[in-house]
Amino acid sequence: MKIEILGMGCVNCNKLYQNVLEAVKQSGKEAEVTKVEDIKKIMSYGLMSTPALVIDGVVKVAGKVPKVEEIKGWIQ
Amino acid sequence: MEEKCLCQPTEILIFPCSGGSNVGQIANETGVKLTQNGMGKFFCLAGIGGHVSGMIESTKAGKMIVAIDGCPVACAKKTLEHAGFNIDEYALVTDLGIEKNHNLNLDPSDVGKVTDFVASLISKRGEL
Repeated sequence: MKIEILGMGCVNCNKLYQNVLEAVKQSGKEAEVTKVEDIKKIMSYGLMSTPALVIDGVVKVAGKVPKVEEIKGWIQ
Repeated sequence: MEEKCLCQPTEILIFPCSGGSNVGQIANETGVKLTQNGMGKFFCLAGIGGHVSGMIESTKAGKMIVAIDGCPVACAKKTLEHAGFNIDEYALVTDLGIEKNHNLNLDPSDVGKVTDFVASLISKRGEL
């Protein structure tokens, strides 16, 4: 599973990154988690707001920071 | 190109139909003018119709959805509703006395008229 956190490095982006790491840890799933801070790459997803969470190429959420439990629901 | 953080949520999302007629293009130009005037942000209706996940999720993050259709076929309204979005403010160009034709040489006064109308809708809602 490939998980990308899209954002240019603000507080919310970092919070989302931490929540994703925690969700992966709690779920026991194997996942490659990467931060994407390049605006051109972010825009390539059609995003108009960040932070955003992309799982296996699909944008799951944008413009807000989902809780750990919500993220676990997407990666189970 | 200036790199601008996208972390501030876009409050007002503007979806013109951008259709292939004078009124569709007046709707499109209205979206451009409103964005340039800081009234909201032009969003991609085609991305909604195409189920582009980034566009869909970005739209969910918005606070107000404004749809502008050129004619009563209402493609912008139908596309947004089909994707499950509720439209907060709606404008129909032909309702403002502008007749539909296929001349794409737009009259700037028509664009100004529609822009003023949609701006007033957005402003009124902002006062609520």
